[in-house]
Amino acid sequence: MTELPDHLKKRAAERRAQLAKASGDAPEEATTDAATTDQPVAEVAAPVAEVAAPVAAAAEAGSGQITDDKGGVPAHLLERSRKRKAALAGGEGEEVSGGGVATAVKAAPIAAPTGTGPDGHTQRLLTVVKSGSIQQTRGEAVDKVHTWPHLLVVEFAATLACSAMVLIFSALVRAPLLGLADVNQTPNPSKAPWYFLGLQELLTMFHPMVAGVTIPGMGLFLLMIAPYVDKTTSNRPEDRKFAISVFTIFLMFWAVLVIIGSFFRGAGFNFVFPWNDGIFFEL
Amino acid sequence: MASANGSNGSGGSDESRGIGTKLRARSKKLGEQVGNSQVMNSIFRPGSIFRHGYTDSPRNRSYVVMNSVLYHLHPVKVKRHAVKVSYTLCLGGLSFFLFILLTVTGIFLMFFYRPTEALAWNNIQQLETAVWFGSMVRNMHRWGAHLMVLTVFLHMSRVFYHGAYKAPREFNWVIGVILLTLTLMLSFTGYLLPWDQLALWAVTVGTNMMGYTPVFGGQVRYALLGSKEISGDTLLRWYTLHVLLLPFVIVIFMAVHFWRVRKDGGISGPL
Repeated sequence: MTELPDHLKKRAAERRAQLAKASGDAPEEATTDAATTDQPVAEVAAPVAEVAAPVAAAAEAGSGQITDDKGGVPAHLLERSRKRKAALAGGEGEEVSGGGVATAVKAAPIAAPTGTGPDGHTQRLLTVVKSGSIQQTRGEAVDKVHTWPHLLVVEFAATLACSAMVLIFSALVRAPLLGLADVNQTPNPSKAPWYFLGLQELLTMFHPMVAGVTIPGMGLFLLMIAPYVDKTTSNRPEDRKFAISVFTIFLMFWAVLVIIGSFFRGAGFNFVFPWNDGIFFEL
Repeated sequence: MASANGSNGSGGSDESRGIGTKLRARSKKLGEQVGNSQVMNSIFRPGSIFRHGYTDSPRNRSYVVMNSVLYHLHPVKVKRHAVKVSYTLCLGGLSFFLFILLTVTGIFLMFFYRPTEALAWNNIQQLETAVWFGSMVRNMHRWGAHLMVLTVFLHMSRVFYHGAYKAPREFNWVIGVILLTLTLMLSFTGYLLPWDQLALWAVTVGTNMMGYTPVFGGQVRYALLGSKEISGDTLLRWYTLHVLLLPFVIVIFMAVHFWRVRKDGGISGPL
């Protein structure tokens, strides 16, 4: 279960206390509900039922006929509609509907109000509203926290740590600056920047077009189309064994090539062991 | 000790306390006046943590983001799992931060650098030896650049392993791959600028490969180098790419990337 936000918990506790107090005042309610504090919903429902009951009782007593067979339409509404129909049919409707009905319902609908429309309509259609816009439709509840301070503090700490790391490393280690560039003096070995050393490593195995253009091009292309090829929706590792395997092989392929190119290639770009011949590598 | 000193000592401390409280009250009043002034209130919008009388409330927490320029980057609320460092490792954010750091240090370096065959290397030498913090800033720029390549790469791996490239985030992944490529290009174009042996020959190796592009390999290489071989023209060309064109392009892609993160529903859900 997701963790409930603190302010909601607090609000619930307050409401519960309030209801407990109210039920304490009304003794008959307290006796009927055994688990009052644990069931706030039931408590809220109880007074509503109580309010509803007298209304139904009054309607039954007033109309004198129970209308449960009419599909659950409240009695007083059926009564009203019957009267209205009778009024439209002719004057005798008044007598038919008479009886002991003496509620407030009776007074309003019988004489047509002065402001009726052409066909005696008492309502007008103002607009049609799509149900979605007036009915509260809730999406799945997402557990969220405020960006400030929860995210921003983490970000701030991360930037500080990163700055400190770069600063300290820069104070300790100097960036390389070799002699002035000279096109007539080729260093041995000549190496590309480290992130391209995988490609340079491929050059030892393939034609330059394959190693320098086709393979990296294909690699980038495959990366880009990955989301359109992998159409599974789950992001749980156990459902993605194939994708994870392929990607890990892809990463390891480049990592191994870069490491070999960086540390295991010496003069003439020949294979060497760094512990025998030293490291031929500049960042 | 106070009792041993007697009335004299206690009288002196009373006086100093009086001055202390007065000073404190005065400075507090001054602080309130400054904090409440029109200037401060016009700078810090309601809800800013720097605004006078900020209190920690859900409303103000929302305002901190909603009422500031940060709202362009972050929503008011984020998923709880999204703020866990163990989920993102801050890699995307750190890549962006390193980009800013590189921009700042790069602008500093531009004050001392001329992209010509005759002067480039000398300028770097002077920067190292004769400019205050010159060596330090150059080191930061270089190490920061290598670190950024690494963080962008690791960010991509993190996103893949979380399956975060899946719908509806497919296109943002594509933009991410483009950003990775642009990062590599930025790093590579910067590699030539010191104009030392390391730079020249690393770039020679790299551009020789581009010359093997099918059909128009020769043209690609010529367009990149500005000449048949690496020369001063190449230096000027790559300098412009490095300080203007590529940063301009990458900023646009970054803007779309960050915008899409939010439009696609924030960062991907927990596993």
